[in-house]
Amino acid sequence: MDFGFLFSHFAELTITGLALGAIYALVALGYTMVYGVLQLINFAHSEVFMYGTFATAWVAVWVHGTTSVSQGLGSTLGLLALCLIVAMATSAAVALLVERLAYRPLIRRGSPKLVILISSIGASFALSEIMGLRDKFAGWFGVENKLSDYVAQARNVYSSPVTVDPHKVFEFAGYGVTDVDLLVIGAALGMMFALDLFVRRTRLGRGIRSVAQDPEAAALMGVNSTRVIRTTFLIGGLMAGAAATLYMLRIGTTRQDAGFLIGVKAFTAAVMGGIGNLRGALIGGLLLGVMENWGSAVFGTQWKDVVTFVLLVLILLVRPTGILGESLGKARA
Amino acid sequence: MGIKPKLRALAALAAAGLALTACGSSDSSSSTAGSGSDCGHYNLAFLGATTGDAGALGQNMVGGIKLALDEYNKAHSDCTVGLKVFDSQGDPVKATPLATKIVQDTSIIGLVGPGFSGESLATGKTFYAAGLPSISPSATNATITESGWSTWHRVIGNDSIQGAADVKYMENTANAKKIYLIHDDQDYSVGLAGFVKTALGSAMTGEDAVQQKQTDFGPTVTKVTSASPDAVFYAGYYPEAGLLCKQLRQAGYKGLFMSGDGSEDPAFVTTAGAQAAEGAVLSAPAAPAPADFNSKYKALNNKDSGLYSTQSFDAANIFLAGIEAGKTSHADMNTFIGSYDKTGVSGPIKFDSKGDISAQTIYAYKVTGGKLDTANPTLIK
Amino acid sequence: MSTTVPASTRSSRRPGRPLQIQLPSFLRSRLSRIVMIVIGVLLAYALPLIRPPFITTPASDFGGVMASAATFALVALGLNIVIGYAGLLDLGYVGFYAVGAYTTGVLTSQHGHWPFLLVLPCAMIVTTVSGLLLGAPAIRVRGDYLAIVTLGFGEIISLVAKNTPWLGGAAGIKNIPPPPSIGPDPIGTDQDGLFQIPHLSWNGLVPSVDNLHKTPFLTFGVLDAVPYYWLILTAILIVLMADMAVNNSRVGRAWEATREDEDAAELMGVPTFRYKLLAFMLGAAIGGLAGSMLAAGQGGFISPDAFPLLLSMLFVAAVIIGGAGNRWGAILGGVLVAYLPERFRPLSDYRLLIFGVSLMVIVTFRPQGLLPPRRTRRALRAQAEVEELEGEAIDA
Repeated sequence: MDFGFLFSHFAELTITGLALGAIYALVALGYTMVYGVLQLINFAHSEVFMYGTFATAWVAVWVHGTTSVSQGLGSTLGLLALCLIVAMATSAAVALLVERLAYRPLIRRGSPKLVILISSIGASFALSEIMGLRDKFAGWFGVENKLSDYVAQARNVYSSPVTVDPHKVFEFAGYGVTDVDLLVIGAALGMMFALDLFVRRTRLGRGIRSVAQDPEAAALMGVNSTRVIRTTFLIGGLMAGAAATLYMLRIGTTRQDAGFLIGVKAFTAAVMGGIGNLRGALIGGLLLGVMENWGSAVFGTQWKDVVTFVLLVLILLVRPTGILGESLGKARA
Repeated sequence: MGIKPKLRALAALAAAGLALTACGSSDSSSSTAGSGSDCGHYNLAFLGATTGDAGALGQNMVGGIKLALDEYNKAHSDCTVGLKVFDSQGDPVKATPLATKIVQDTSIIGLVGPGFSGESLATGKTFYAAGLPSISPSATNATITESGWSTWHRVIGNDSIQGAADVKYMENTANAKKIYLIHDDQDYSVGLAGFVKTALGSAMTGEDAVQQKQTDFGPTVTKVTSASPDAVFYAGYYPEAGLLCKQLRQAGYKGLFMSGDGSEDPAFVTTAGAQAAEGAVLSAPAAPAPADFNSKYKALNNKDSGLYSTQSFDAANIFLAGIEAGKTSHADMNTFIGSYDKTGVSGPIKFDSKGDISAQTIYAYKVTGGKLDTANPTLIK
Repeated sequence: MSTTVPASTRSSRRPGRPLQIQLPSFLRSRLSRIVMIVIGVLLAYALPLIRPPFITTPASDFGGVMASAATFALVALGLNIVIGYAGLLDLGYVGFYAVGAYTTGVLTSQHGHWPFLLVLPCAMIVTTVSGLLLGAPAIRVRGDYLAIVTLGFGEIISLVAKNTPWLGGAAGIKNIPPPPSIGPDPIGTDQDGLFQIPHLSWNGLVPSVDNLHKTPFLTFGVLDAVPYYWLILTAILIVLMADMAVNNSRVGRAWEATREDEDAAELMGVPTFRYKLLAFMLGAAIGGLAGSMLAAGQGGFISPDAFPLLLSMLFVAAVIIGGAGNRWGAILGGVLVAYLPERFRPLSDYRLLIFGVSLMVIVTFRPQGLLPPRRTRRALRAQAEVEELEGEAIDA
């Protein structure tokens, strides 16, 4: 139990924790929105994130080839923007696919939530295995040689060839805050702000809130619930794609089950902040990232996941609605 | 009206089921049977992970065995030896019924494997009770040879030797006075780290444990940079080693980054990025394969050889030498293995009384010029 | 909204009429039913000895696969009480499995050398107590939150096991002794035990007695998995009888009331919290029993890697696919999930993909599971009748 270390490196642990948590927050948005509208836990959202990370890596390989290169953030911004667009599109597409295949048939016939949960678990396995078997599928179509850089080493880690070197921008309480840190935290806050505006100001956003509050009344008021559900999944996918790009910016490596751990953490974050609450997802994500770092500093990194889960269980037992405790339907104007 | 579609569906299901059973009803453990007119039709067995997350390693091992068998069978076309592959997916629970199957098969004369330490611990009793000799190309947990299973052998150095050698390298060759130790909480890593820790003594300035599949090592990096050691030793596998190395370098760590055989793979360089991986040292208890090994391997298996290919090639050759010498009962083969003393492609092979390889030489492979130099390692003395 | 499978499944499309099997008249008498049951039980015991041609697993030891399938079936039976009877979604059931296995490992190998017959009830008691400790706070929250809390508990237990050297740490616990044998020389070779039972080998569809492979009665050795299978099968039979007794009593009725409509049950005077906690504890006890069997199994080795979150998902899937609320469905689900991947080993690289897709397909086309409980069949039949009378679907 090393509190001394925590206090002496407080700024560094906290700021890197915020950067880590920003990614959790963006993924948590997907979980929290689907829960707010459908009262369903979307187990397949972790795979939506994972496909975004692969899309980012593949864009980098396509633009750049496989030789490893290290460059600063400034020179990578163009590539990053391209990756962001492709990753967001990919994740959104996968999210819509999940909605169409795993959720819509069951929601239409009013299946109990346990059953829909099982379907989403099945979708999660299926999606991650498809990525894990990509070299086999490519082999069936005989395109193995051309695609080999892209399908290489399925089931092992897949790295982006471009490594972004962080540069110190300014110093804060003994820690050199880097440009990557600032970009990640800033991008997450920016996306959250944009999403908040969308939900509060636009018509579709009001539709989402109304379905979250009372699906039948919303239908009576002329809100197309199918379209609202689709939009919810779409937005979750877009956010996950953005998170995926930021994740690849910071970490640079992905694998077929990379989504799983991030998904569990993001889901924990959503629950902690108040599931169904957008701002709760942000708070929960940032808080979780910081708590993980603090927990690692004090107890040793092997206990960091235990800290996370204990925190989750405690919050659920003491305050099940989470920290902010409101639902999507009741977003304050 | 409701019965007919139901019957039809059932019939379709039954037909599909029968069709699928057709694929299972032959001996589907992907065997190539030994053949020949008047010989014993023997087979070697392999037990390990050929599919699943760790499948790539198992494939490397099977490739090495197949190369050895190919050479033997070309020279002995009147009495060939076959191979039966048993895929455990690296799971000790799955490995146990496979072990029972292996010992019940009287054509199997020896086992190359099990691949992993967990499976070895779960199946060791079974093989010992049946007297079936086994040579593992990759299971490095030191406690396996403490269990008294006289039929269990391995052609790879165990973690105690590797740990001590790694410390010697860091202190003598790299002149490191302060060393930070990190491991990833898995059985192999904890074992190796334990031996490193003992050998380091007071030279260890700190230790931390990370999780397997962890990708963000922020707090660990902070701990290392604040301790400013001369060297960091990571016991674990290359996905985490590569990311840890990259993040350490990004945080400004300039000292030596060293890891053990779990990281000794070209993918370490791609994971860390060539710039961060430069200068990293990865130890392994295997000598570099001779130049023609990879070309012969590739010609037979259509892909490059990898980690443990040379060890499994040597392990298979020990059994084949035994068959050639006429040792075909389990007990005879076991005695033959105990007295075996030759040099294989992975190094000199001679077993001590517990089943460990006697001359355990550890090599340090360095990353230079953006690549893992697999041809010129330094021998750690 | 509840996360249970209520008897009246709301549905705008008919999910498919349940099978209506009419037994032939000679089977309807009580005596013949008992005879059939006895034959069925004997067949179950003899299955790994008979090795029927289409069912046997050519690539792996059939006895070992049966033992593992039986363990899964036992776990599914326990989880069925939690999910199927009481309607509590438990995503961390692997935690109880681990507690039972580790208690056995610690008491027989790591820190003690107690005999197995004493350790087995101890493991069950420890697991039941842990079920009480975990359930008491967790059951107070409803619905999805319970699922998440149990998931968290399951992960905490497995992580603690990995990081605590006293429990063996990452290396696990080995040299766990098997259950006590009857008869001399417990290795499991052909000459042990009181007597040996030969297996059957088949040439196409023609059986012949295989005297090369025999199973000793009754030694628990390392060479033969069949006695372990018999032990687990016996445990399943005992648990089945207990399950039938409990479910047909007021406890079972209280569970049904709680699951269907908790508020109404409370109003009618059912102490729902206590009965839910009882279900949780009983489920935990059975999970601990299964874990104990795993630890004292043929390999004699357990490690924290044997209890991942994936296993919890597999358990839940086994119960749902088999039919939550029906004990036979749970057994069927457990056996299928453990046996099918071994039977179709050539597809083993695709097994998780097949698993995921089958889950989606089953819950879309037959959400009540393969063997739904009687109440669901009744409700579906009633709904189908009403729809036929009305000439159209009830819910648009």
